[in-house]
Amino acid sequence: MKLHEIIKQDIRYKEAVNACMNCGMCTSVCPAAEFSDYDPRILMNIVQTQDDSEIEKLLKSDFIWLCGQCMSCKTRCPRSNVPGLLINVLRRYSQELGYFTESRRGRQQYALNKVLNGNILNHGYCIVPQAVKPELHPEQGTVWEWIYRNAEEFYDRMGANLNKEGAGVLRKIDDDTMDELHKIFEETGANFLKDKIDEFSKKKAEELGYNTDENGMEQYFLDTYKGKI
Amino acid sequence: MIQKNNEHIYTVSKNYRKEIADDNYYYARSCIRQNFYPGSEVAFLNILKNDLGKNVFDDPRHTTCTGIGYHSDVVPFDTIQTVVARHFALMTENGYKNFIASCVTSFGMYIEITETWKHHPEQLEKIREYLKKSTGREFEVPQNIAHTSDIIYKNRLAIAEKIKYPLVNVKTGKPLKVVDHIGCHYAKMFPDQGEGGAEFTQVLQAMIKAWGGATVDYPERRHCCGFGFRQYLVQANRGYSLSNSKKKFESMQPYEPDAIITNCPGCSMFLDRWQYVMNEMQGKRYGANNSLIPVFTYEEMAGLVLGYDPWDLGLQMHQVDCRPFLDKMGIKYDSDKMYKSKAGKIIGSYTPQCSK
Repeated sequence: MKLHEIIKQDIRYKEAVNACMNCGMCTSVCPAAEFSDYDPRILMNIVQTQDDSEIEKLLKSDFIWLCGQCMSCKTRCPRSNVPGLLINVLRRYSQELGYFTESRRGRQQYALNKVLNGNILNHGYCIVPQAVKPELHPEQGTVWEWIYRNAEEFYDRMGANLNKEGAGVLRKIDDDTMDELHKIFEETGANFLKDKIDEFSKKKAEELGYNTDENGMEQYFLDTYKGKI
Repeated sequence: MIQKNNEHIYTVSKNYRKEIADDNYYYARSCIRQNFYPGSEVAFLNILKNDLGKNVFDDPRHTTCTGIGYHSDVVPFDTIQTVVARHFALMTENGYKNFIASCVTSFGMYIEITETWKHHPEQLEKIREYLKKSTGREFEVPQNIAHTSDIIYKNRLAIAEKIKYPLVNVKTGKPLKVVDHIGCHYAKMFPDQGEGGAEFTQVLQAMIKAWGGATVDYPERRHCCGFGFRQYLVQANRGYSLSNSKKKFESMQPYEPDAIITNCPGCSMFLDRWQYVMNEMQGKRYGANNSLIPVFTYEEMAGLVLGYDPWDLGLQMHQVDCRPFLDKMGIKYDSDKMYKSKAGKIIGSYTPQCSK
């Protein structure tokens, strides 16, 4: 099937692409366009050409990974296009087809997949305090270092329920709930996507000379996270 | 040149007045806020239950909505819809019809998903099947979905009636100047779902005015803080996040705000932490007299005017020192207490940053 036909199958494509006239209003308000080479007007233009070779280039490029998902483009478009939503569609297929490992920013999906899906499937949350390591987050300042080192006492002081049963801030999610979450991930394709990102990343790591054992992939993780490869 | 406040524009169009349920809420927590602003979620429930007499259900069985994973493109759309459907099922099973979310991105996703179901009923049926098959649960779509800042906004006048410390400088008698920052996913995706829409959002400004403060419509008020999901979460990309916040600070600097108020989990944190970074890297500060600008959540601000202890609200979790603002409001506080555990033991300490 043609690439454009494939991406059109995503329900979000119908909501995102609605006869863009390339006025550039989206680009004028886009934070990513201001601070990087991203340009939502060009994105819409390329996709509307339905030119598969150009769309494939997009899926293999850094370009689609520069959007910050603020959706400012949605507010201002006079024709109700949503470049930010189209980005989600393109990123989906870039990952499912294995194109994301062809760009430096695309390769970062390995790190995001590992951290976010790790947190969600292990704890039921996208973020947990123990995962925000001060050495990887110097911008979090001296306050976070203090909280991180004293998490148990500190969250207790704040009235949280850290890793404990019952309701409240940062409670432990019970086993039955975690089981339901895992089943949803399996049933709805999240595990499929997660495994695809891992599989293609390992292939790329090998191609770049990494060992694909645990230590080698940890190094690949750090190098994608820090933008070294 | 400093613009005058465009007060006349703030007559909110009926297209941008949203319906906000008055009572009986199913509450969904935020991943980011639990980590960085636990005191705000605790304060929200205390204010609603103890000060306003509302009924809120705090359910231990709901999980992340997976919104950060979705916007980082590692969680598929079908998955987030089904996780959200499970939240709606828990709401339905417990007899509630009004859903409130602590996170702005969750709120945006709840609206995005329910709008998708309205336009594509076949998608709703597919998600019902996914949920039934994975969990055996069924659900009703909420009658009303609101962000928790909407709830404080709706009750701003009731809070004003109980005010102990208005947003007035006790030394000069003048209203304190507070600039707002609205999370992008509150109203930019669906302007009719944000009070005042995306252009002249009122949800926070109306609180400040009701509690005695003054607001400023600074030029980059609507600009994103720069979270950008993958643009912050991946260390190599953080220049994006910092650059966007810097743009906002440069824009608000001429107005010399006393404080910033936000309604988004990430925005609160970034506007606080990036000030620390710019100060460390360049010695650059954007507040009056070369100071840093304290950043508050709407619950922290509501708690302060109601007379809650600043350290119970969690102001010790800010990198930018909030005490200069408390001094302006005339709030008495015990600085030693900010480092103490529940049992009164000193947990350790850090040095918050403020002017010079």
